[in-house]
Amino acid sequence: MNKANVPQDIGPKNVEEIAYAVDEQGRYVKVPSIGWEPKNTANEQAWEVIEAEIAEQLRLIKVGKRSPLAYHMTRNLMTAGLLASYMGLPRWRVKRHLKPRPFGKLPPELLARYADLFEISVSQLKTAPDAS
Amino acid sequence: MKVPFQHSQSAHCETGVLSNLLSHHGLTISESMVFGIGSGLFFGYFPFIRLNGLPLTAFRSSTGGIMKRATRRLGVEMTWQKFRSPEKAMAALDEKLDEGTPVGCRTGAYWLSYFPRRYRFHFNMHNLVVYGKEGEDYLISDPVFPEPMICPADSLKKARFAKGPLPPRGRMYQVTHVPEAPDLQGAVVKGVKEVCRTMLKAPGPFLGVRGIRYLAKKVGAYPKKLGEKKAVLYLGQVIRMQEEIGTGGAGFRFIYAAFLQEAAELLGEASLHDLSRRMTEVGDRWRDFAVMGGRICKGRAEPGGTYAEMAGILKDCAEREKTLLQDLLNSIG
Repeated sequence: MNKANVPQDIGPKNVEEIAYAVDEQGRYVKVPSIGWEPKNTANEQAWEVIEAEIAEQLRLIKVGKRSPLAYHMTRNLMTAGLLASYMGLPRWRVKRHLKPRPFGKLPPELLARYADLFEISVSQLKTAPDAS
Repeated sequence: MKVPFQHSQSAHCETGVLSNLLSHHGLTISESMVFGIGSGLFFGYFPFIRLNGLPLTAFRSSTGGIMKRATRRLGVEMTWQKFRSPEKAMAALDEKLDEGTPVGCRTGAYWLSYFPRRYRFHFNMHNLVVYGKEGEDYLISDPVFPEPMICPADSLKKARFAKGPLPPRGRMYQVTHVPEAPDLQGAVVKGVKEVCRTMLKAPGPFLGVRGIRYLAKKVGAYPKKLGEKKAVLYLGQVIRMQEEIGTGGAGFRFIYAAFLQEAAELLGEASLHDLSRRMTEVGDRWRDFAVMGGRICKGRAEPGGTYAEMAGILKDCAEREKTLLQDLLNSIG
């Protein structure tokens, strides 16, 4: 790739990353690049998958099949397994907390730990945005 | 406290951190040189390892390995520490900073507050250098960013103790000894030989040049096997691994071409200039693959932009890399 051809396609990230390219003398140089169309497309696609998953969790919460914890977990790109290792709990317990009734009975201490991990308040933890 | 530290942006975190740390300790060495000496160039397609439900494609050797090999080959000594207690880990970091030593840390990218939201994935092998502390904020040289960053202590602590696959467990490291006259030539030759060995001779269908051919076969079959919707996701994942943060473009092929160019000067071996140019051409082919794939992902494929065509590009990449690396092995002896 020639230095003059280093793409500068503005994408969702907007951070300059380093691309390696050759200058007029054929020497390799480091050139900042704000983004590249195919890469932006692939990244947008990955985010669409995550956003679809969040929307699905919100739908399940609305119909009473999931607790708000499922929303916060998914929003933080976590699975029950990863969340369990952050909480130091077995996975089956975290999975139980994803259901509305067991979640409603959680002791304040555990709620506070979940909230702390997600860097939100306990009252935020107990709510999820309305599914649209 | 603040250690005078020269921040320099690089394409990749692991090689950038090592290049910056070594330069700080008096051994000026480029990122591409570190990448080449550490045998960074690689290919692997692992259909049985899933990342968010999608097969793993790797364009560089295993994380941490480049640093390990590069330091060993250069005769550089580093000390590594890991911790159980986050408090002790932070105290140990402060102590080193007080002594005036910049400290490398392995972190989980998700919790670093200066990362834009779109960068924040649960990836636990992100390297950065801490070079100072002001109040409750740490001064950070993160090679992926153009400028030095500031990170609150809480955020750094959380990042150093991220959970999930390959947890960093507070790992930190410092350069403790740099030889006065490291054997750069010898290190380059060793680095090149290992890359050629893995890329040309690794057993099984998943690694090296054979791995690229294997991916070609899979990509050709994606639409039929997975259906259009899923095929697009699989394709997008390959493009991300090839071009996302830290590759320098074309799945590290351009960085390696830059390394070959430097190696040509260092070894006085003119044929390496030619090999560098050929590596650039291979990189351009990988970029063709991404361009065509990106259009397919967007549903805007141009005439001829098909999965079969993409498989053809990959086969071409495999053939070119094979002959190139064989010639490289011959010219380096």
